[in-house]
Amino acid sequence: MADHYAVSRRSFLKVATASAAGVLTYSWSPLEALAATDLVVGALYVGPKTDYGWNQAHAEGVATLKKSGVKVVEEERVPETVQVAKSMESMIKLDKATLIFATSFGYWDQMLKTAEKYPNVQFLHAAPTVWKEGMPKNAGSYNGYIDEAQYVSGIVAAHASKTGKLGFVGAKPYPASLRNINSFTLGARTVNPKATTQVIFTGDWVLPVKEAESVNSLADQGIDVVTCHVDSPKVVVETAEKRGIYSCGYHMNQAVLAPKGYLTGAEWNWEKLYADYVQWMREGKQWPHLVRGGLKERIVRNSPYGTAVSEKARKQADAARDKFMSGSFVIYKGPIKDNTGKTVIAAGESHGQTDVWLESMNWLVEGVIGSTTG
Amino acid sequence: MALFGVFLALSGANPIDVFASIYRGAFGSWFAWQNTLQLAAPFMLTALCTALPAQLGLIVIGGEGALIIGGIAAVVAALAMRGAPPFAVIVGMMAGGMAAGGLWVGLAGALRAYRGVNETISTLLLNYIAIALMNHLVTGPIRDPEVVNRPSSWHVGEANMIGSIPGMDVHWGLVIGLVACAAAFVLMHSTVFGFAARMVGGNVRAARLAGLPVPLLTITACMIGGAAAGLAGMVEVAAVHGRVSSSLVVGYGYTGVLVAFIARQNPLAVVPTATLLGGINASSGLVQRTHDLPDATVLVMQGIIFLMILVSEPLYGRFRMLQRQSI
Repeated sequence: MADHYAVSRRSFLKVATASAAGVLTYSWSPLEALAATDLVVGALYVGPKTDYGWNQAHAEGVATLKKSGVKVVEEERVPETVQVAKSMESMIKLDKATLIFATSFGYWDQMLKTAEKYPNVQFLHAAPTVWKEGMPKNAGSYNGYIDEAQYVSGIVAAHASKTGKLGFVGAKPYPASLRNINSFTLGARTVNPKATTQVIFTGDWVLPVKEAESVNSLADQGIDVVTCHVDSPKVVVETAEKRGIYSCGYHMNQAVLAPKGYLTGAEWNWEKLYADYVQWMREGKQWPHLVRGGLKERIVRNSPYGTAVSEKARKQADAARDKFMSGSFVIYKGPIKDNTGKTVIAAGESHGQTDVWLESMNWLVEGVIGSTTG
Repeated sequence: MALFGVFLALSGANPIDVFASIYRGAFGSWFAWQNTLQLAAPFMLTALCTALPAQLGLIVIGGEGALIIGGIAAVVAALAMRGAPPFAVIVGMMAGGMAAGGLWVGLAGALRAYRGVNETISTLLLNYIAIALMNHLVTGPIRDPEVVNRPSSWHVGEANMIGSIPGMDVHWGLVIGLVACAAAFVLMHSTVFGFAARMVGGNVRAARLAGLPVPLLTITACMIGGAAAGLAGMVEVAAVHGRVSSSLVVGYGYTGVLVAFIARQNPLAVVPTATLLGGINASSGLVQRTHDLPDATVLVMQGIIFLMILVSEPLYGRFRMLQRQSI
């Protein structure tokens, strides 16, 4: 369950800022503590760092920190159990880490407990969790509106599709996944109002066999572009390439896995956020407990277009991205019907990205074939 | 060890540095020691699950399943006794965990005794059944809907948790493990049952001729071993998680098999070997962090140790030096 929630390592970094202050309080030499090289950042991943997906996206973000003189300690495949607290404590005690990035959804509870125990260390959770008053002051979370990038992917996908039938391999029907599916479909339907997205939920975040079966079954149904929301999109992208259909990636750039069929993808841009955090730390700024952002904040981005993307598709996708960049565009603007025919957003009603109502999404937009019960 | 050094060198790390890190992460400080002992506690108990039936010549690898079943039983016992004083609940959880774990592995013992089913295979398969059973229960009958993160059972209640040993960040499971190992040693070496069991292990036919109830001894030894692993499950639930979930399925049972083999099935030797393995596991994170090695590194090391033990087994007694070295 690594959650894909893409939140916030960046926030973590912010925390790092605060941690600079923390370092000051217990380091023997305050002056030295100010130097960024004294900062030790700990990162925990739920899966392998080389999964071409969620974990790798984080690991690459952290890797950029190393270049800026920060010492990084990492642990991969940390199960979402007390092991989380153990690993964090070990990083704090043995490696003197003062900033911890917990990059899986299930790390939240353990992270809060540990944060209470070590008030001088800053903790950041990469997930759509929300810090509330009363929780440890040294904890926070960060996440991104990656569905904006999915919307752009949807536009590209609809242009590439000859059949107008798109496919989506999801893990679990939880709100962030449904939001990705809906945004992808809404983007596609601006190009081809008849486009449909067939959804298959595999049931868990890492199920390579089922993911491959799903893509094969989608291809058999005449679907010619697939995308996904699983921890490691590697299998989906590779299987699509083998079947000779197009794919849009997720989490990070998977173009190397499908040189022919890879169109674009919705990626995290943790590098940017992490660099920001380090910057803030060096300036000694206080970080917010909650960091969210989309294309405009450069927390998410799209992969460079593949060779199969037409000039027309590029233009329209770029135009959509520009609208996001200017901050004027709202995806969830009425009238929007769900796929059972019910109006979920009335005409004139609109829900901007920061609207928390969207974070509890439990419906699929018109044009999606599938159900929220999996 | 030397083999593992070669493996490390191939992975691009300095073997000596890595061994230093393992030491630092396992025994290098009080904090590291506590981590080590915390991990060693369940290993001691699950190792007994293999070590006790081994006295009869059985190879039982069902510690994982018995641990899970014991955990489930502990939760069920705690829920059934809601409202009772904490001490009674803890005793109830221990009894429940031991009984369930004992019956679970006892089942494999019975299959062995009466139907001749290979106990290694049956206990291995029972592990999978236990995991499936747990998944069923935590997503259905005993699911706590308030836990959204992953399907989990109801909590046993904060008051009913067994706490830490005073002055240490290690829970009472360590004491339970030590007591269990000592008791197992006494059982095997100072009682009639232990003598009979070892006789069966030495020569089944002779034992039968001597009139020993071999089937009964087989089942009993399996049950005691299973009870130890069930107790480990109870400790994990009552001291660490507070509930049953897939967090229990982290391979403690299998590490227990490894511990038992390294300890040459001697209950007393289980204590230091469990500590050693606990230390190796505890250092896993540090090894990853400082040397940028994959997380499976220490597993490779454990695997190599295990193979060395197996290889050295036939040589045991011929070269006295060899067995020492492999540990």
